[in-house]
Amino acid sequence: MNEALTADRLHFAFTITFHYIFPQLTMGLALLLVYLKTKALRTGDEHYNRAARFWARIFGINFALGVVTGIPMEFQFGTNWAAFSKTAGGVIGQTLAMEGVFSFFLESSFLGLFLFGEKKLGRVGHWWAAFLVWLGSWLSGFLIVATDAWMQHPVGYRLGANGEIELASFWGLILNKWALWQYAHTMLGAVQTGCFVMAAVGAFYLLTSRHESYGRTFVKAGVLVGVVAAVLSLFPTGDSQGKLVTENQPVTLAAMEGLFETQQGAPLAVLGQPDVQNRRLDNPLVVPQMLSFLTYKNWSANVRGLDSFPQSEWPDQIPLLYYSYHVMVGLGTIFIAVMVVAVFLYWRGKLFSSKWMLWILMISVPLPYIANTAGWMTAELGRQPWLIYGMMRTSQGFSPRVASGNVWFTLIGFMGMYTVLAMLWLFLIYREIETGPGPDDHDSRQEARISIAAD
Amino acid sequence: MGTIWFCLVAIMIAMYVLLDGFDLGAGAIHLLIAKTDQERRQILASVGPVWDGNEVWLLAAGGVLYFAFPALYASGFSGFYLPLMMVLWLLILRGASIEFRNHIKSAVWDPFWDFLFCASSILLAVFYGAALANVVRGVPLDASGYFFEPLWTNFRLGEVTGILDWYTILVGVLALLVLVLHGALWVQLKTNGAVNERAHKLAGHVWWGVVALTAIVTAVTFEVQPQVKENFITWPFGVVLPLLAAAGLAGVAFELRKRAERKAFLASCLYLVGMLTSVVFGVYPMVLPARNPMFSLTVEGAKAGAYGLKVGLIWWIVGMILAAGYFTYVYRSFAGKVEVESDSNGHGH
Repeated sequence: MNEALTADRLHFAFTITFHYIFPQLTMGLALLLVYLKTKALRTGDEHYNRAARFWARIFGINFALGVVTGIPMEFQFGTNWAAFSKTAGGVIGQTLAMEGVFSFFLESSFLGLFLFGEKKLGRVGHWWAAFLVWLGSWLSGFLIVATDAWMQHPVGYRLGANGEIELASFWGLILNKWALWQYAHTMLGAVQTGCFVMAAVGAFYLLTSRHESYGRTFVKAGVLVGVVAAVLSLFPTGDSQGKLVTENQPVTLAAMEGLFETQQGAPLAVLGQPDVQNRRLDNPLVVPQMLSFLTYKNWSANVRGLDSFPQSEWPDQIPLLYYSYHVMVGLGTIFIAVMVVAVFLYWRGKLFSSKWMLWILMISVPLPYIANTAGWMTAELGRQPWLIYGMMRTSQGFSPRVASGNVWFTLIGFMGMYTVLAMLWLFLIYREIETGPGPDDHDSRQEARISIAAD
Repeated sequence: MGTIWFCLVAIMIAMYVLLDGFDLGAGAIHLLIAKTDQERRQILASVGPVWDGNEVWLLAAGGVLYFAFPALYASGFSGFYLPLMMVLWLLILRGASIEFRNHIKSAVWDPFWDFLFCASSILLAVFYGAALANVVRGVPLDASGYFFEPLWTNFRLGEVTGILDWYTILVGVLALLVLVLHGALWVQLKTNGAVNERAHKLAGHVWWGVVALTAIVTAVTFEVQPQVKENFITWPFGVVLPLLAAAGLAGVAFELRKRAERKAFLASCLYLVGMLTSVVFGVYPMVLPARNPMFSLTVEGAKAGAYGLKVGLIWWIVGMILAAGYFTYVYRSFAGKVEVESDSNGHGH
């Protein structure tokens, strides 16, 4: 592979992976903040406002990091992928520009008001600020996913006189069916990150006997919203995404599943290591005929393996793609199990006293981050060797004049800077969790109520 | 349609310079005019709620540039690879310093971020000036439509140019002075007490430097980029634009003397708009002049497909009306002088 191409790919992969740590939490938390503010508005209980203020502080730190690490993403299309931008800018520039014009202005304006303007805005006004921050961040998510979806499944375009790709249908681009399913799936992933983080902090408070009334609120919100998101991630959104891949990117499906040979009644590999050189899966642990059923709803359907496609069409990082996909699906399954058990315990009234469950919730906090990252790696590695599926190869898209030495220079620079940012992030979040949501007056009030009732 | 988008992108960049310009300027003079922790928090409070929104204009302008002129975006951004990446690093450091400073009160935490805020603001102002000067001077584009500029070569305006040469450095220094003036006028408008007094004095001094450098840069620009002179000859009414800038500059001095703080700031806005529109007018119809005029990128050559530009106009107008609404609301609810508690209770959000 061309040296500059490798460096450009690593550059984008590194900066986007680090960036997405933050939006996945803020998009998920934005929804949970609306939930807490709605609770506060409907019950009139100051407890929920304090809970919301606590999460708003954590939201603020993550949002700031999301903004500063997000700016390089928009620039990199031009700096590192100039040939791609020149060819496809007429189409994907639409969605990227709309993100700036419609969601960034909205988010940045109302986040300031949400974080600093509670007194001025009043109860209803502050709820609206939370709502608009949620709307802005989810709109932003949509426009980014629509951009990626167009690269996965180009629609609504025509070719211009000099080979550049022009927009032919605005609504075709926006209502790309790939974009709609991918968006739903991505947002559900973000909601799960938000839910797991909120539940983990709640579990931490309960296990350490601090801020316990808030701990209960956080665990409850995390598992009740989380169970819905976990289930919907699998079905229908994950399932539909899988169908789109089966129909439109069959070679990607074969590589994701580690299916080297075309066969009827294809098995689903649960574990195993792809050996690309010898074209086989080592140490396979498989569910017979399952892949045929999942893809075509027919136990003996014919599924095309990698051998049905010329090697030049294969994704170029098959093992990494295979593992990303398996990690995503494996963790997604675990999330459903954890959340369903937690909700069952909540229903039986035992969740807050089940120490083992609280432990599981607390230590699960890195898992949704890993699953979301693995999911994006599946999408992006699966699209290879194409930059725009079926139209433009990744090897045709990078900046022709930027030497690999310059790309490595800035990649190393970003690595150093992001290491420092990551340390600051952990440090500041740790401090916020240590400080906690504030006095536990909810507890005392409830106790007072209980004692009155006992009298 | 290409020319319409050329103007719209220019408007968005001008908005960015007007808005983020004052918080960059405030950052550049942060250490100079705010001595105590309370004074520094005054400066930070004067930009804290709005800097992020101001910076969004850069992102939105970048996005619109990408969509309307993909060839310009591709060629310009990859050609200016190194300085753009450095701008990104500075923006990251600056954002972090504004957002993180007030989380902890400590004798080692605050000064560190204060220094970073100031240093990154100064460097950004210089870089932006140099970037604009690179566009005006022209870049080594060739028949492929691409170029790559090293950070510097021999600091002369030859065939093989670097990002930094005597002309771009000169404009970089002018940009720093201009934004220092703009920032000082903003700080004067938003603060009370000693900071207000120092900002007022500083603005008065820097004004002379801005006048002198503006005159010099204007004179050399006619030599560096012949198209500018040509355009002013072809369309003589264009002379209105530099006159606006001059009026703005005179207005700043006049209103400073009267201590009309709001009017002085608005006059500085007028100066910035006059200068930027003069540049845009001067290089039109080029969007990225080449050292060899044969290879210059023009509005026609760089624009996207007609349908996309037409659709874009619809959502752009809707989006801008919404954005104008948000900004009016945010700046209204943030009107008046900032109040900072004198003890350290103001720490934390």
